[in-house]
Amino acid sequence: MRQRQRRAVVTFHTTAEAMATEKLCKAKDLAGKLISAPRSLSADCGIAWSAPVELREALVRALEEAQIEFDGLYELTL
Amino acid sequence: MIYFDNAATTLQKPDCVVRAVSEALCSLGNSARAAHGGALAASRTVFAAREAIAALLGCPRADHVVFTQNATEALNIALLGLFSPGDHVISTDLEHNSVLRPLYALQRCGVAVDFVSADKKGNVDYADFEALLRPETRAVVCTHASNLTGNALDLHRLGELTRAKDILLVVDASQTAGALPIHMTELGVDVLCFTGHKSLLGPQGTGGLCIRPGVEIRPLKTGGTGVQSHLPYQPEQYPTRLEAGTLNAHGIAGLLASVQWIREQGVEQIHAREIALARRFYAAVSAIDGLTVYGDWTNDARAPIVTLNLRDTPSSELADALFEDYGVATRSGAHCAPRMHRALGTTEQGAVRFSFGYFNNGDEVDAAVAALRELSRE
Repeated sequence: MRQRQRRAVVTFHTTAEAMATEKLCKAKDLAGKLISAPRSLSADCGIAWSAPVELREALVRALEEAQIEFDGLYELTL
Repeated sequence: MIYFDNAATTLQKPDCVVRAVSEALCSLGNSARAAHGGALAASRTVFAAREAIAALLGCPRADHVVFTQNATEALNIALLGLFSPGDHVISTDLEHNSVLRPLYALQRCGVAVDFVSADKKGNVDYADFEALLRPETRAVVCTHASNLTGNALDLHRLGELTRAKDILLVVDASQTAGALPIHMTELGVDVLCFTGHKSLLGPQGTGGLCIRPGVEIRPLKTGGTGVQSHLPYQPEQYPTRLEAGTLNAHGIAGLLASVQWIREQGVEQIHAREIALARRFYAAVSAIDGLTVYGDWTNDARAPIVTLNLRDTPSSELADALFEDYGVATRSGAHCAPRMHRALGTTEQGAVRFSFGYFNNGDEVDAAVAALRELSRE
């Protein structure tokens, strides 16, 4: 089994927002990856951004600066 | 075959487009539908295409580039999604049926539509737009360039008018996206509709709308989006609001490659090459006795299209003779532009359209001129 870790998870209204987030984080060297939106957060079938929890503040700052809208920001053990 | 039907679709594509579609067919899953490698590869490709098109056409946000099957679908989404009974819209005689038929359908539903007339040269009088304004006017809806004459409308001038009057400017860029420089924000365009398979050099089955943030368009189609699945209605956010169902990611991969190729070449350089070919043809055929050449060639801000007739020869006969005897592919008939033909006086005869592309050359132009010279002597 994978080792579970505390993660900062961002959910989106659209896939375009998720794609923009991935590109932004790569450009800013912010670690993270796209995952299926966790069922505990949403009954949706969309995709979410999962980042190390310690990057939460940097992630929010980057999203706001880039004017990328998102649905919600959560901390989860995944 | 000498292919001069680029205004219908560009037949020769950059090699990178062919490779991109082939690779996409072997590697892409369904965009926006999962977080596995295949689906993410499709989502990344689609988003990269949104970014590339936004950069090419001056759309302020990549997520306001919406993909459709073609310009017709984009125009239907824009026109049927913007206007309501009681609204008034101004359009022009230059329009293709992809604009005209949605407008006529709206007329039946109580939207008032007026058309700015074109003269025998295919030009409009810009004072007519202002003269047709009413308190309930919501928009000017117009082509960037006529698919029949190649004459372009001055979007900068129209953008100044629509901004001053606080109404929308909706543009059909089917003949100009990739062939003429366009920056929708600088021009004051609110919705720009494009097709992928003409001067954007991409595959058929691709097209879309670039939407200024703040412009609200009702969805024409509703359905699966891969997000907000338990919402009973189409999501509100662009681009998902207007994209129901699986996108043509394979085609969009080709469109991404073609737009990248166009940006590498530079639209100005592409336009210069294409207009030089069109001017070479225009100058030569204008000197041939018996040919009537349409359109206004007083400046180069136009699409690379030359349309003509030989005396009273039906346009279909001339086009068939050009292809069967000389291998020159053109387009005859009405070109889905009935109002423009009426303005030129060619409703009965139609006309033969020569439309030039980046991959044509001067020798092909000269061969077509020689063919017309021979045919004019028959």
